[in-house]
Amino acid sequence: METQEYIDSGILELYVYGLLTETENLEVAEMAKKHPVIEQEILSIEKAIVALSSSFSPFHSVANFEKIKEKLELKHGKVVEMKPASNWSQYVGWAAAVLMLLGLGYQTLELTKTREVIATVGNEKNKIQRDFAYLDQQNKETEKSLTIVRDIKNTGVTLGGQAVSPTSFAKVYWNKDTKTTYIDAKGLPEPPKGMVYQVWALKLSPVLTPTSIGLLSNFESNDQKIFAVSQTDSAEAFGITLEPAGGSLTPTMEQLYTLGKV
Amino acid sequence: MSQEELLVLIYKKDERAFTHLYDMYSKSLFSVINVLIKNREEAEDVLQEVFVKIWKNIDSYNEGKGRFYTWILNIARNTSIDKLRSKNFNNSQKNLSSDNFVHLLDDSNKLTNKIDTIGIQEFVKKLKPKCIEIIDLLFFKGYTQQEASEELAIPLGTIKTQNRNCINDLRNYLKI
Repeated sequence: METQEYIDSGILELYVYGLLTETENLEVAEMAKKHPVIEQEILSIEKAIVALSSSFSPFHSVANFEKIKEKLELKHGKVVEMKPASNWSQYVGWAAAVLMLLGLGYQTLELTKTREVIATVGNEKNKIQRDFAYLDQQNKETEKSLTIVRDIKNTGVTLGGQAVSPTSFAKVYWNKDTKTTYIDAKGLPEPPKGMVYQVWALKLSPVLTPTSIGLLSNFESNDQKIFAVSQTDSAEAFGITLEPAGGSLTPTMEQLYTLGKV
Repeated sequence: MSQEELLVLIYKKDERAFTHLYDMYSKSLFSVINVLIKNREEAEDVLQEVFVKIWKNIDSYNEGKGRFYTWILNIARNTSIDKLRSKNFNNSQKNLSSDNFVHLLDDSNKLTNKIDTIGIQEFVKKLKPKCIEIIDLLFFKGYTQQEASEELAIPLGTIKTQNRNCINDLRNYLKI
């Protein structure tokens, strides 16, 4: 067996005696690590040689032992002196732990704050998106209104305020080709609850004949206050009256807000 | 206490560790020092010096490079040899080889433990004279195999195995 040959070579004895070179020492130490049998053999050799040499030791005084301790300053409670040092390191450990906990707490707080900021920014982004969508919608409606106003084929009729509401006014955009009619009601006050504006196309001769061409429903929610109403081809004038919700068959002349001739 | 257990205490620089260290190895080292230095008083001074060196240089001991006992044994040998050189012994080499460790027994009434001494005297009678010479030169005096081979006029190649056989005799006697 390889390890037995190694042991029998006698190299382990020289290892314990301290007679090998540095390289040989490393090799033996490596072998001892790998093979417990070799490690055990080294221990036995050491034990034997320590026992032999100890047996031949001449007497030496206890005083000698004390002298060495004095030289090393081991006599006066070196152990006790070391205790504060170990306590000190213990406190350092605790202090480090406390600091770390504080640090962790701070980090958590910061994290929460950051998360709140992110949430706020997210909300603001949503709001901005909603605002943008709203403005986009508004813009489209405005463009649509402008298209109506600018259309060269439209005839514009201005309706002036009447006795009930002298400051009121409205405009009618009337396309004779397409027969479409738009009412710009920006100049009318908001109708009272349960009431609605009704638009009339009027024939003036031979007799005054009013024909209902539509209601300005959902007045409040229409920002542009531009309303499309039914077509008409023979109107000589337009009038707007305030009527009970749902409209009336004939106009209530006492509640005539605006009136204008084509 | 094992070497490993002792080292744990020593690294802590515990006073109790020093007491253990001294109890375990002072006799062994003192006999080595006495083989090299004939003067008892000087040997005691060297022993002090050796233990101070061990304690102060413990950090330079490397477990990967050898046994702790081997490390302190080398300190004991080297300190003794330095002492001899400083005393300017012209013929130190001859001095070293003139007496072997068994001569320490001549001073038997001064030996530490008389019961041990009786046992060891019995053993020395049984131990081959060649073994006493080999162990004396290699272990106590730290001779190289080459030096021991020349001194004892035995082939270099057999020094290692002869020494092993001697140690095996010792182990059989001590039942180790």
